[in-house]
Amino acid sequence: MAKKTPRPGRTLLIFGLCVLIWYGLAALGGTWQPRLGLDLQGGTRITLTAIGNHDPKPDQLSEAADIINNRVNGSGVSESAVSTQGGKNILVEIPGKNRKDLVKQVERTAQLRFRLVALEGFGRPTSQTTQPGASPSTSPSPSSSPSAGTSPSAKAKPGASTSATPQPRTAPQFAVKPGAKDKKKPKKAAQEPTTSPSATSNPSAPPTTPSAPAGITGPGASIDQPLKWQDNPGQEWAQKFAAYTCPPKGKTLAPRADNPDQPLITCDDQGNKFLLSKAIIEGTQLKTAGYEIPQQSVGWVVTLSFKHDGAKTFADVTQAIANQTSPLTGRAKTFAIVLDGTVLSAPYVSSAILDGNAQITGNFTEASSRSLSTSLKYGALPIRFAQPPTVETIGPSLAGNQLSAGILAGIIGMAIVMIYCLLYYRGLGIVVIASLAIAALVVYGTVLVLANAAGFTLTLPGIAGLIVAVGITADSFIVYFERIRDEMRSGKSMRVAVQAGWKRARNTCLAADGVSLLAAVVLYIFTIGVVKGFAFALGISTVIDLIVFFWFTHPMMTLLSSRRFFNAGHRFSGLSAETLGIDGDATRQQPGYAGGRA
Amino acid sequence: MGRFSRLGNDLYGGRTSVDFVGRRWLWYALSGVIIVLAGSGLLFKGLNLGIEFEGGDQYTVTIPAAKATQDNADRLRDAIAATNIPAANNPVVTTSGNQAHRSILVTTESLSDNETHTVTGVIAKSLDLSNPKKAISSEEIGPSWGSQVADRAATGLVVFIILVILAMWAYFREWKMSVAAVVALAHDIVITVGVYALSGFEVTPATVTGFLTILGYSLYDTVVVFDKVRENTKNLRQARKSYADLANLAVNQTLVRSINTSIVALLPVGALLYAGAIVLGSGDLKDLALALFVGMLAGAYSSIFIATPLLAQMKSHEKDISEQAARAKARARRDADRYADVPAFTDDMPMVDPDAPARPSDTGEAQEGETAGVAAVRVPPRRPEATGSGRTLPSNKAPVRESGASKRNQPTRQPRSKRGK
Repeated sequence: MAKKTPRPGRTLLIFGLCVLIWYGLAALGGTWQPRLGLDLQGGTRITLTAIGNHDPKPDQLSEAADIINNRVNGSGVSESAVSTQGGKNILVEIPGKNRKDLVKQVERTAQLRFRLVALEGFGRPTSQTTQPGASPSTSPSPSSSPSAGTSPSAKAKPGASTSATPQPRTAPQFAVKPGAKDKKKPKKAAQEPTTSPSATSNPSAPPTTPSAPAGITGPGASIDQPLKWQDNPGQEWAQKFAAYTCPPKGKTLAPRADNPDQPLITCDDQGNKFLLSKAIIEGTQLKTAGYEIPQQSVGWVVTLSFKHDGAKTFADVTQAIANQTSPLTGRAKTFAIVLDGTVLSAPYVSSAILDGNAQITGNFTEASSRSLSTSLKYGALPIRFAQPPTVETIGPSLAGNQLSAGILAGIIGMAIVMIYCLLYYRGLGIVVIASLAIAALVVYGTVLVLANAAGFTLTLPGIAGLIVAVGITADSFIVYFERIRDEMRSGKSMRVAVQAGWKRARNTCLAADGVSLLAAVVLYIFTIGVVKGFAFALGISTVIDLIVFFWFTHPMMTLLSSRRFFNAGHRFSGLSAETLGIDGDATRQQPGYAGGRA
Repeated sequence: MGRFSRLGNDLYGGRTSVDFVGRRWLWYALSGVIIVLAGSGLLFKGLNLGIEFEGGDQYTVTIPAAKATQDNADRLRDAIAATNIPAANNPVVTTSGNQAHRSILVTTESLSDNETHTVTGVIAKSLDLSNPKKAISSEEIGPSWGSQVADRAATGLVVFIILVILAMWAYFREWKMSVAAVVALAHDIVITVGVYALSGFEVTPATVTGFLTILGYSLYDTVVVFDKVRENTKNLRQARKSYADLANLAVNQTLVRSINTSIVALLPVGALLYAGAIVLGSGDLKDLALALFVGMLAGAYSSIFIATPLLAQMKSHEKDISEQAARAKARARRDADRYADVPAFTDDMPMVDPDAPARPSDTGEAQEGETAGVAAVRVPPRRPEATGSGRTLPSNKAPVRESGASKRNQPTRQPRSKRGK
């Protein structure tokens, strides 16, 4: 059997390159300072005040606080704090001075509902709609389509299965255009990546004055049967719809009660107004939400995935309205995705969507799609909050001397450790110190990279924890060195002992670190908030321990074992007969069974 | 360091040995006393839960922008901590505000009316407020560690314990090791939490982090020691020592490693504890450091003094193990004096018919040795004579593994690659 030739030098070189690349990644973040927590650098405090006729119940408030906590601290590493205050306020404290981008994500109720569209029309005063060019082409005009295999280019083929194409409000044939444009005129698409999709749903001609269409008679169908109600909402609702106007451009819809059992008249961001049936699917039937750029697409989308019963309802409804024409408007039947009482998009369905996946497209940015999917993922808030929330900057909660004292203490502690290692292990102590230094370097690089990638934030206890973790890392080296010494005591030469000791120490360390990793993974999966953050840090430090042990300490030892200084047992090498305690032991019998081979 | 090295060598060879396993009742008693002390601390004093867990009071002090500085906040923090009100000895003081108004926020645990009066007085005095009633407003705030966080953490812990029992069972092929490790873990947690309760420090999220670190560290340390135990007892049948002795040897052999690891891990923690508790006197640093210091000490102690003796004790009830222990004991006696059982001849020595006793059993020698001095001396029984041709095999002293060579065992030499050369 050909034995693999150990090439310690090459391993070390590759490891060094990996560390360099890691730091290169960290450099992309543009800062060499880790992100510091609330206690060390302060942050942003958002105060949300509940509105309503009476104060919310305490458990409603704490439920809302838990949901908000999940939204701002889903991965557990951003070290934010969410607490209730005085019976109607929720305080959200987020590290970092300028985190106003998170305000929307925090305060959004995220009440997502799917409703059927009975009537629609342009809902702003006509003075604004006379110039079609003034229609807000840059504002989001989301549309919905199933996640699997759909993209603007898929929309170009109207017959494509499982695609829900955004229905143009005035000219249906526009639906074909965006995809065609993407293919034939890539330049133009690149020039106006945001305007091309929105053009489809923007009114490019003044709408007709809303009036009750002819098909509506008498009281209409029961509102409990949305599919029938869609065809005949009744005179009462039609009149309400006709009288309704959307807020002028630039103003958002005031938050209001959105009763899922009643029809709803509301608007989207472009000023189109909709008469909608009762909710057919609720946000609670959502399994999860995410955000991505679908293949062959340029824009971000928010993907939705329904639970089993939600998926079934969605399939039934899309089947029922697919390729159907509304008797009221003479256009294809549509449904609307309503978030917090505002229509996000109102796509029509070309064929039934059976797999329970949908996506909200539109000109989202990465940040806005992430924000929306995060809000949706952790559920709707049970209460609504006054607008706008109070946003303040808060200072650090710890005195400046705490950080410097903590770091000084850590440095002194590590210095004593190094002195001890040098005294006890002599030459080998240098390997310990180098390994610790490399571990610290990798930990710091990881903190920097994760600060950018996952919002990893360091608080003072976090820093202390990392110092301690680096200390615990030293255990692997100690186990290894003790094994090498044991092997040498049972009569092996240094070079052999390094390899034999490695085999045994490796198994021990893998088993012991396996337990730590198990703790980290289990806690990360099952817990939330601070505990999750802890599990994350524990996992990282354990993995780094193993990486340094396998790719630095061992190759380093192999390399050193070929140096005369070490393998000839120089008295400062840490492996001399004297330091091993086997000198002057003339009567030393070959270790008997007494664990000698152990 | 020479002497310490010599000690390491002697511990390794088994020439110097601390009887960790044999004196287990001493260690159990010692731990029992500590646990009772810690438990009573937990029971009577209780944990002092911090603002994050119980909520508290928040005072908003509206002041001119020029005075809302970090220095003032730091001074105020020290001043409030100096009032010696237990609920207010770890206040959170931050500056706050936007362009419109500036303020300083003071958060303490829930205070009684009297204490509130004292604290507002201190705030007014240290910030030179002209109209304290108007400038200070107070509100109750809820815990930021919601019940959901605690519930999910508890679920996570239970799942972790179950999985770690299964994982150690799978790795060591021995469920008793899992049990011993988890008992040691419980021991560490109780001691750490109890000592924390006795110290009266506030429980903050940093403390919880510390407790969780202990959870991992205690198991980690136990696994390292058990790995050596397993290695030593792998070929127990061929061994000349009992399981308990081998386990004890394993602990002794890893003792130098345990001491070194503890020193290396505890020195930085000790430095943090010193800085946090004595130099600074308040803050999260000392909470984390205390939990870690006590927990790591207990973790290192328990894997040596609790987990391994407990494992040996549990294993000693197994048939294989107890027979092996009896053989080892007999062997030790025989090794000490091979002829201990042979009586010195006297004239009127009663003799027993050599043909009467049956063949001795495996453990027969030990039993005979015990009765030898009292009853008549028995002549060691003869082996049965060979009847036909050939010779009679001596009986086995210990169970022998079937070698597949029909009792004609040959000396073997492993190939070079298998000999680890």
